[in-house]
Amino acid sequence: MAEQNATSPNTAARIAVRKTYKLYIGGAFPRSESGRSYEVTAADGSFLANAALASRKDARDAVVAARGAFAKWSAATAYNRGQVLYRVAEVLEGRRAQFVDEVGAAEGLDARAAGLVVDAAIDRWVWYAGWSDKIAQVLGGTNPVAGPYFDFSIPEPSGVVAVVAPQHSSLLGLVSVVAPAVVGGCTVVVLASEERPLPAVTLSEVLATSDVPGGVVNVLTGRTAEVAPWLAAHMDVNALDLAGAAPADVQALEVAAADNLKRVRRPDPVEDWAAEPGLDRLRAFLETKTVWHPVGI
Amino acid sequence: MVKFEYAPAPESTAVVDIAPSYGLFVDGAFVDPADGEPFKTVNPATEEVLCEVVAGGPADVDRAVQAARRAQDGVWSRLPGRERGKYLFRIARIMQERARELAVLETLDNGKPIRESRDVDVPLAAAHFFYHAGWADKLSYAGFGPDPKPYGVAGQVIPWNFPLLMLAWKVAPALACGNTVVLKPAETTPLTALLFAEICQQADLPPGVVNIVTGAGETGRALVEHDGVDKVAFTGSTEVGKAIARSVAGTRKRATLELGGKAANVVFEDAPIDQAVEGIVNGIFFNQGHVCCAGSRLLLQESVADEVLDSLKRRLGMLRVGDPLDKNTDVGAINSAAQLARIRELSDIGEAEGAQRWSPACELPDRGYWFPPTLFTGVSQAHRIAREEVFGPVLSVLTFRTPAEAVEKANNTPYGLSAGVWTEKGSRILWMADKLKAGVVWANTFNRFDPTSPFGGYKESGWGREGGRHGLEAYLHG
Amino acid sequence: MTSEPAGARSPALETVTSSVTASESALRRFLHGLPGVDQVGAEARAATLASRSVKADAKRQLIDLAISCIDLTTLEGADTPGKVRGLCAKGRRPEPDDSSCPQVAAICIYGDLVPVAVEELRGTGINVAAVATAFPSGRASLAVKLQDTRDAVAAGADEIDMVIDRGAFLSGRYGQVLDEVRQVKAACGPAHLKVILETGELATYDNVRRASWLAMLGGADFIKTSTGKISPAATLPVALVMLEAVRDFRAATGSQVGFKPAGGIRTAKDALKHFVLVHETCGDDWLDPAYYRLGASSLLNDLLLQRQRMATGRYAGRDYVTVD
Repeated sequence: MAEQNATSPNTAARIAVRKTYKLYIGGAFPRSESGRSYEVTAADGSFLANAALASRKDARDAVVAARGAFAKWSAATAYNRGQVLYRVAEVLEGRRAQFVDEVGAAEGLDARAAGLVVDAAIDRWVWYAGWSDKIAQVLGGTNPVAGPYFDFSIPEPSGVVAVVAPQHSSLLGLVSVVAPAVVGGCTVVVLASEERPLPAVTLSEVLATSDVPGGVVNVLTGRTAEVAPWLAAHMDVNALDLAGAAPADVQALEVAAADNLKRVRRPDPVEDWAAEPGLDRLRAFLETKTVWHPVGI
Repeated sequence: MVKFEYAPAPESTAVVDIAPSYGLFVDGAFVDPADGEPFKTVNPATEEVLCEVVAGGPADVDRAVQAARRAQDGVWSRLPGRERGKYLFRIARIMQERARELAVLETLDNGKPIRESRDVDVPLAAAHFFYHAGWADKLSYAGFGPDPKPYGVAGQVIPWNFPLLMLAWKVAPALACGNTVVLKPAETTPLTALLFAEICQQADLPPGVVNIVTGAGETGRALVEHDGVDKVAFTGSTEVGKAIARSVAGTRKRATLELGGKAANVVFEDAPIDQAVEGIVNGIFFNQGHVCCAGSRLLLQESVADEVLDSLKRRLGMLRVGDPLDKNTDVGAINSAAQLARIRELSDIGEAEGAQRWSPACELPDRGYWFPPTLFTGVSQAHRIAREEVFGPVLSVLTFRTPAEAVEKANNTPYGLSAGVWTEKGSRILWMADKLKAGVVWANTFNRFDPTSPFGGYKESGWGREGGRHGLEAYLHG
Repeated sequence: MTSEPAGARSPALETVTSSVTASESALRRFLHGLPGVDQVGAEARAATLASRSVKADAKRQLIDLAISCIDLTTLEGADTPGKVRGLCAKGRRPEPDDSSCPQVAAICIYGDLVPVAVEELRGTGINVAAVATAFPSGRASLAVKLQDTRDAVAAGADEIDMVIDRGAFLSGRYGQVLDEVRQVKAACGPAHLKVILETGELATYDNVRRASWLAMLGGADFIKTSTGKISPAATLPVALVMLEAVRDFRAATGSQVGFKPAGGIRTAKDALKHFVLVHETCGDDWLDPAYYRLGASSLLNDLLLQRQRMATGRYAGRDYVTVD
């Protein structure tokens, strides 16, 4: 950010206009209702920005927004969801340079390495977008029951998913946990990487300017340990992805989640976000519905 | 009381720019033919010449197959599925961007109503590319083994009834699975395929991945019989389909065939009558009946036959036949003079065999190829119009008394592409679906298509399926 | 008003009516024996018709027809004689500077304001329509509903817009609904009866079809979609199903019942789509204020804007139509 510190008012150097990093709830960009923020620094320790420090009430509002968006998003045709999510990838690609800067600063990568991460994140998004109208064909099917019945099973989204995003992989990891939930029709409240939240805020700007309806993805920045327990215990949250939860906190979060039997995706001890993800996370937030119907004249 | 009349609402042709003549699209460029001869393509609604195209000769086909082989070996088979998919996404998007242009061009060349090309053909074609784009990097999940492989070069021959849509059905899965293609569009409808070639250029698709050789039957035969082709995909008549089956016999070539049909559309007494009438109309008059899966045999339960026929006749009286470019036209022009002659011949035979012919009062344009919506009552299974595919706006009406009789009549055909069932009783729908020997059964709807849904026929309606996860099998082996 | 709905009941109508309404069970059997409505198919048909393009002279003619079919409506708790007088003036001369612009069919108001409208509209040919029968909920005793009707008729209302008892309908008490329609019809005397189904509360198209027949069997001169107080109201598929019902009713009985979509029709484009539906579903016999009404308030000004647009060739501005 050195170029932003113009040395002399007489030189022609331009003072950059800096961005305010805010929360993303219900399609809008509010500050935290608590009025708090926290300092975000680069991997080298230099100041990057003040991010909003989300409170439990922000988390509560985000769940309300996610629940409100669920009916329509889950009922959209798979084709429509696929189109919308692919559009996100298009807009991501258009912001590639900005993400390279932010991911590079956050993760301490040079431009080339950061570029590879951003490319992988975009491709990951495209990969998941393509699953929208295929997952039912791979996970669903008919069941040859022994009787005059037509019987089939189809996947359906679980509902509102609270996601604790990976702490280190600020964009690729984030995309890898948000996309599988929304492509299946869930809506999401994601708690961004605590120390590296800026790519998540920029991703929310991408979502806001794509065709993703407000409330489908809600992004909170702040202290994981402060907010995650409220999400884990929230009785209107249906599932919980603990990808970025501290190992020491996982058990308590799972215990809280048990109150309404949330579907819980535990963190992997060693998560390789660069590897092809497989269907694990997609399946984690899908229910299976089986339908029986008699066959007769 | 007001006399309601729609004012003419013609779609503007200003969006299309048709060149006086076109070459062949080989190895990423439009080229002059090596041994092909020029011929003209006309607007069937006016008989005006649209432009000149080439009937590719054996040398042209050879050049295209070689280009496809080079692209397959050198580029396409080496690209990761993820990157192949991105090309397909690009093509899908460009088709969406140029949708109106494609729709107008399709209507000019084919004669189908602009409402259908605009609302059905073009969006579905784009959706087909979009769907298959997503498969390109997920083939290992499709159920054909952990690392399925493409066949290589696909030779594809498509019909004139849905020129762009059939192109999409052929090209999208082939490319997604890693094959390269040489496609021959139908003799009478080459223009949207040539515009598609331009779209491939805009998408920066590597040269040779898609090659388009226009022409008639001889060009198609040269392609199908070319040694360099690994996989043949054909949509068209059962007669040609059988010839292809014979020609690939004893070779390494794989073939998929999507052929004719004589679908039964079965209406039970407890059907939602108003929607059934719409479904009957959509089943046989959609695209002038130039639909292989058309519901050309209407089977009515005797207890509602008169009621349904009355409603149907009243409804046919509302069909708007005429200028395909008019946004309010329901039924457009017959695609060619030859097809018109065939429809006339079979209809005359229907009358001669004793069936009663009925058409609503409708004024047909003076120029162009036109046939009014027509229905025959008093048809029996023995009549030729109940057995042969007319491929035109001609409906044969038969009756039945019991579900078993309906099934027996519906299945009493060498074809087995599609069938329709109309009843509000769910268990009967599933019972009928179980008994009907048809690749697609529509219940309380008809002529629905979706890229995720496999399409294809039993018996003489063809080999293999197109679309959906199942359709990938045509272009992959384990 | 060019023609009037048939006043005398035809013998065919009497035959059909007496046989299917002979008993509660006969009525139920009849209504449940009507062909079902497939939701997807009905909505697809309506959507296809909505894509029809109406241009030039056809559009000009239909815009004027739409104006002449409007029941210009105000149904607010805050209505006053002043508001009603303003509406009457607007209905008489929708386009003050253009005498070629037709007047509306009726002014539709609450019953207590009928005398005001009667006074304002005397000699204009514009009818006074009053909503009655504890509009919009219909939750009152039959005695109150009948008195409500008689009051409005006595005050000079030419048309009565009643609501059916949706509670009774949804719980299967069809005979009760039929009986109420019949009694209100009798209370109307010479006034025409429009029967509001409130389709937004009927939940299914099957119910819309049954309620349409029930209202017609009870003697409705018009069937009407909605009160305008519930959403959804006059959607295109609902209009389609009701138009099929009036079409089939005429085929069965020889008696032509009018149709009035009301609620949610706000633009000229909406109105044209409804006309397309009429034309293609039951034919041009219904394209007449005697058999077709559009219940609306803001629609009129959009029609006027479109009318100006077609007359001048440029887009009109909202400052150039009056706000009453």
